[in-house]
Amino acid sequence: MEASLAGAGPPADAPPALRLWGLSKTFGGQKALDNASLAVAQGEVHGLLGQNGSGKSTLIKVLAGFHAPDPGSRLQIGGADVALPLAPGAFRKYRMSFVHQHLGLIPSLTALENLLLGRLAERDHWAINWAAQRRAAKRLFAAYDIDLDPDARVADIPPVERALLAIVRAIAEMNEEGGVGAGLLVLDEPTPFLPKRDVDRLFQLVRTFVSKGVSVVFVSHDVDEVMEITNRATVLRDGKVAATIETSAATKADFIEAIVGRKLAPATPPAPPAARGSSHAIVHNLSGGTIEGFSLDLAAGEVVGVTGLIGSGYDEIPYLIYGARKARGGTLDIAGQGVELREIKPRDAIRRGVVLVPADRANAGVIGPLPVADNITMPTLGSRFRRWMLSRRAMTAEAAEMARRFEVRPADPTMNMASLSGGNQQKVVLAKWFQMAPKLILLDEPTQGVDIGARQTVFRHIASAASAGAAVLCASSDYEQLAAISSRVLIFAAGRVVAILEGAEISKDAIAERSLGGAGGFA
Amino acid sequence: MTDSAPTHAAAEMERAPHKPLAYRLEQFGLIIVWLLLIAVFGYLRPDTFLTWPNLSTILGSQAVLVVVTLGLIIPLTANDFDLSIAFIMTLSSMLVAVLNVNYGIGIGWAVIAALALGIAVGLINGFLITVFRIHSLIVTLGTGTFLHGVTLWLSDSMTISGISPSLMNAVIVDRLFGVPLEFYYAIVLAALVWYLLEYTAVGRRILFVGRGREVARLSGIDTDRIRVACLVASGFFGALAGVLYAGTQGAADPVSGVTYQLPAFAAAFLGSTCIAPGRFNPWGATVAVYFLVTGITGLVFLGFSSFIQEMFYGGALVIAVTLSQLVRGRQEQQF
Repeated sequence: MEASLAGAGPPADAPPALRLWGLSKTFGGQKALDNASLAVAQGEVHGLLGQNGSGKSTLIKVLAGFHAPDPGSRLQIGGADVALPLAPGAFRKYRMSFVHQHLGLIPSLTALENLLLGRLAERDHWAINWAAQRRAAKRLFAAYDIDLDPDARVADIPPVERALLAIVRAIAEMNEEGGVGAGLLVLDEPTPFLPKRDVDRLFQLVRTFVSKGVSVVFVSHDVDEVMEITNRATVLRDGKVAATIETSAATKADFIEAIVGRKLAPATPPAPPAARGSSHAIVHNLSGGTIEGFSLDLAAGEVVGVTGLIGSGYDEIPYLIYGARKARGGTLDIAGQGVELREIKPRDAIRRGVVLVPADRANAGVIGPLPVADNITMPTLGSRFRRWMLSRRAMTAEAAEMARRFEVRPADPTMNMASLSGGNQQKVVLAKWFQMAPKLILLDEPTQGVDIGARQTVFRHIASAASAGAAVLCASSDYEQLAAISSRVLIFAAGRVVAILEGAEISKDAIAERSLGGAGGFA
Repeated sequence: MTDSAPTHAAAEMERAPHKPLAYRLEQFGLIIVWLLLIAVFGYLRPDTFLTWPNLSTILGSQAVLVVVTLGLIIPLTANDFDLSIAFIMTLSSMLVAVLNVNYGIGIGWAVIAALALGIAVGLINGFLITVFRIHSLIVTLGTGTFLHGVTLWLSDSMTISGISPSLMNAVIVDRLFGVPLEFYYAIVLAALVWYLLEYTAVGRRILFVGRGREVARLSGIDTDRIRVACLVASGFFGALAGVLYAGTQGAADPVSGVTYQLPAFAAAFLGSTCIAPGRFNPWGATVAVYFLVTGITGLVFLGFSSFIQEMFYGGALVIAVTLSQLVRGRQEQQF
């Protein structure tokens, strides 16, 4: 492993920016990290991959001083020994900086206020020179080619600029502190909420920093992104290092095999239903939000994907059909029954056999502080149980059966939802809705924040719900996912369908090409 | 810890019906502390504190507070605050007195009018909260203060006595096993709320609305209707508490009922740390009320004057919220 360090760009004799080894962390008898290691060369982008529960987050939290590792764990920064455990916040002394998935911005404050957040939190300022700070911020943004008004409210700027702001802030804070090392930026899954094009902008920024000697640890679920941006990557599995990979010499299959520990069968798109059966669900002339005049016939058993770039409106469709967001007009015919979409509410949709799996799992999908059993039985309380004399035991038993069928791990319905991993939470959401034998299933980003193993399980459950007679509409910006599950993909730009791919035409690249092509790509 | 297989099995066992000891301790901690408190005061003042008249007075006279607290935990479960409840209670007791004494209306009709008032205020609260999307804290603070003004106006800021004795008989004079009937009313209501929250689909929906409003909405639950219903329930409980209060006193004064607000919140939060830790629950709330009252009565018996009441209730609220936060916080991160 040491030898392979020489493969990175910078001089071979430079000490690694970060070297962590013999790292173990035990939680209540369970080893979250077991003799793990991580070595990041100077000026390197180093990927850190692994499924949920592989120990990635624990490792990051050790660096942030949030967890104290077990004795015997060692850390060197810039070649100098650093005693573990680190005190919370001590990472600043070593010129480390973290950007977490949720970015740590306060939406109701301005970009400038957010930029100064850390500095104001740490030190006393009794006379802030706002004019000077604003000039400094403008210079900073300009230096990194970010077109951002320091006085804009963070809530009003696009997601990608928020991410860029958070990263620039991390770098600015890193540069402020003296201390050892050339600087290490830890990006902890900053991309899942960004569309692909915006991810490219983020990567550009990362490359700018790297060219100035900063090292980057890039934590991600997305193998493609890791392959694109990193020089090397460390893959964790069950708290151990499963592989350290030289990115340029590896294939995607190598990465996936290291992550899951087994080879996955390559995803083959399902054949479209032999002859598309009679229409099962018909959306007619739907308008609302960005969407204008959208119509679609879905056959039973068919999975239709909708996608496009951010702002194209495709991700509003499930919510508009479900009545979660108000539509301006349009109708939904389902099994011969029509309904005005302007008037539909979630409960009407459910009554007609329409279910929605929302993208925002934490706020709209599951109730974290309640047990799995309550989350699963939520929609069936009134129908499947005696509504005036609920039996806790019957509910738990049914939930246990459901959890087993949907492969939720651990299959313990009394556990709080929040203690499950993202993938298992999503399986609970699928169980909750698919138990009702829905006629139309609406999905928005069904595998967002779901690890690669659970992703396959989610696909399998979607396919089996479809073969049980449901029509499925899946909104997603994950083209690979759409290619894996859809028999038809509709691509949106500015609220309208601009391209349709069917059957053999569907591939990740074809979808990406049509999406990027926007309205013009259809011609 | 050395051999993984047995520990795993043990963990499985623990997760099954057997709850760990720590959980049990938490569940019954408040009851244990309460019994200890009784023992300590009983030991210090055996002649006065540990007497049946004293205990039955505590049980009976605090039934009003139990009812207010029960009313409070219904909207609290749906994550709405009802700060108007003690004002509803005061106005309700005043309305009973004014109608019965000043206008000579039969006590039965007066009680019905008071309960109807509670329901109406709950509807108004719920309407303002759900239609205009204003935080319940602000709405009920406003309506509560408004109602207090109405009470002062209605009563001319005077105590009105001479309420029909039949109400007093039904509330405090008639006894079962030496304890005034109102205690049993409170217990029956606690049982009802427990049944509602724990064993009905409606009760679960209230919990869903409180813990995950957006999830509930997308699961087809009419969240606005649930929230309004909860506020109507708390209005009704507040009015019912007012009726019992009028019966307990045989009179209505425009001010003293307001002092029930804080103890009710203290009891609701303290109650959420026991019996079903982490949830607002009626039995926990009932235990908490009697725990607080035992503490105050005991301290008064030891010679503290009435200032101790404010200190005790105020301190208890802060401590209770702190404890309930600890219970919840820990529950949310059971990794």
